[in-house]
Amino acid sequence: MKGLAPIVAVIAVLAAVPFIVQSNATLNFLVVSLMVALAGQGWNILGGYAGQYSFGHAAFFGTGAYVTAILQVRYGVNAWVGFAAGIAAGAALGAVIGALAFRSGLRGSYFALVTLAFAEVLRILASVAPITGAGVGTLIKLDLGAQTFQFQSRAVFYWVILGLVGVSLAAARLIERSRLGVWLIAVRENEDAAEALGVNARSVKSLAMVISGAITAAAGCFYAQYFLFVDSGIAYGTWISIEALLTPIIGGVGTVFGPLLGALVVKSLGEGAKLVTGDVPGLDLILYGAVLVLVIWFTPGGLIGGFAQLRKRLMRSATRAAASIQEAGHG
Amino acid sequence: MLSSAILFPAVLNGLLTGAVYALVALGLTLIYGVLHIINFAHGALLSAAMFAAFFAFRLLGIDPYVAVFLLAPLFFTFGYALQRFIIGPASHRNDRNMLLVTLGIAVVIENALLYAFRADTRTIDVPYAFETVNFGFTFLAVPRVIGFAAVFVVALALWLIMNCTDIGRAIRAVAKERLGAELVGIDVAHVYAMTFGLGTACVAVAACLLIPNYYVNPSVGNAFVLVAFTIVVLGGMGSVPGALIGALLIGVVESLSGLFLGESLGQVGIFVIFIAVLLVRPNGLFGARA
Repeated sequence: MKGLAPIVAVIAVLAAVPFIVQSNATLNFLVVSLMVALAGQGWNILGGYAGQYSFGHAAFFGTGAYVTAILQVRYGVNAWVGFAAGIAAGAALGAVIGALAFRSGLRGSYFALVTLAFAEVLRILASVAPITGAGVGTLIKLDLGAQTFQFQSRAVFYWVILGLVGVSLAAARLIERSRLGVWLIAVRENEDAAEALGVNARSVKSLAMVISGAITAAAGCFYAQYFLFVDSGIAYGTWISIEALLTPIIGGVGTVFGPLLGALVVKSLGEGAKLVTGDVPGLDLILYGAVLVLVIWFTPGGLIGGFAQLRKRLMRSATRAAASIQEAGHG
Repeated sequence: MLSSAILFPAVLNGLLTGAVYALVALGLTLIYGVLHIINFAHGALLSAAMFAAFFAFRLLGIDPYVAVFLLAPLFFTFGYALQRFIIGPASHRNDRNMLLVTLGIAVVIENALLYAFRADTRTIDVPYAFETVNFGFTFLAVPRVIGFAAVFVVALALWLIMNCTDIGRAIRAVAKERLGAELVGIDVAHVYAMTFGLGTACVAVAACLLIPNYYVNPSVGNAFVLVAFTIVVLGGMGSVPGALIGALLIGVVESLSGLFLGESLGQVGIFVIFIAVLLVRPNGLFGARA
């Protein structure tokens, strides 16, 4: 299908990276960046396309992570099945929160608050409930093998998360090109007008939330599998809620490649800050917050929007230059 | 069973806690009432104000109850500048952008505090921290009683500003009908910034009342603000009396559920109320508008 070619090309180029880069630290950096890009793509479906800004996507990330970990550790479920179950749980949670929030017609600040509240309730519950290991967290036993979804080599994990990111990119593109995508954008731009034209805003937003929850949960499942440890502060922590919305907004909100670009830029900034000043707590987040404000201030369309603007301006000056040359030639 | 000898002091203590919540919530509801956005930087500003009160005492020896008269104007100015020169221009008059900008500022402030002061928890020792007032049936800590009284002073001051001054009238005009206010010549950017400044000043007062018998660390404000979100929603976003009553109610609920369920689950109780109110009555118990 048209529109998928750039995605295939980008994924193919990125897939070659482990053949060139051998450093474990670099691969680890890329794996984490791609994981955040995946979480961000989930946010982007709901926030970017449907215009519903969630401040609590940790709810989905954490649910994916915990379901994967708990099923394996406590119920002996196969890791791959656990992974799939984690994604399903994220989708189910999306359906529940979506049904509740959109039924009450929550928008804007209210929607941001209710998502934040759900993430916080889950974090507090996970920090006391026995099944999650409460304050201690859940540790997945090290047991290397394809069947347990644990790999010695960082490169294999890299390809797994890259594959997931590829799927999420394709999903975003397909949604964008489908009727659903058009409905979502209509709801984002003017919900009342969309409803007047016969779009069922509630069910469209709910569907976006289910897809969004599933994608962000997949990032959480991957986190559990990659680090083999989950606790309430990580899984349901504010950091992932912030990074999930930061990456698409910085990369380009409501664009297919926005979250991926944003994640790579944001994570590089964070690493760069650490290189300059050493590992001081807080510094990378100061940068993230400042970049968030600056991007909204100066390029509301994110980096991708910024590039498009720049290109338009260059094209215009190029045509103007060509016209003046032509004029000079005639004269 | 729990006797009234335990229950009654728990309710009273809840009311005292609720009073401090009310101060944080007042600032939040004021800003929401006019700008129609939730200020996600509120908690970070509270942490910053608590650090300011902490260092005013530690380094300069200024008692928190005196520092309030310095910090409130200082934070008013800071809040004004923040809205006028950063949040306003950065968000291009788009509500969603405004939410994100306040979130970005929150992240910057909170982590700047973490960077400067590390995650250590600090407290100050004022001579009256553990003094109590005997009410006959129970003893109450002096700082908490002062806090309770101060909330009503602040609420009264806010009411006077809103009802008896030109800027108060302008703020109410913008809250009701922004375009109309703009047409009759009200400088909306100025009014927004004044409101944000007043909200931030409330936070500074709350910080000075909290610091005598509370600790401070870079994320201390978040706990209060999550509760304040609940209060503001419960009382109806933008409603000042709603925020006061909601705060006292939540203070009591927290105190009682802490008594019955334990410290950490007591917090869940608040969030359950929060989500329930958002879903069932998003306009709050006292909110009028649909």
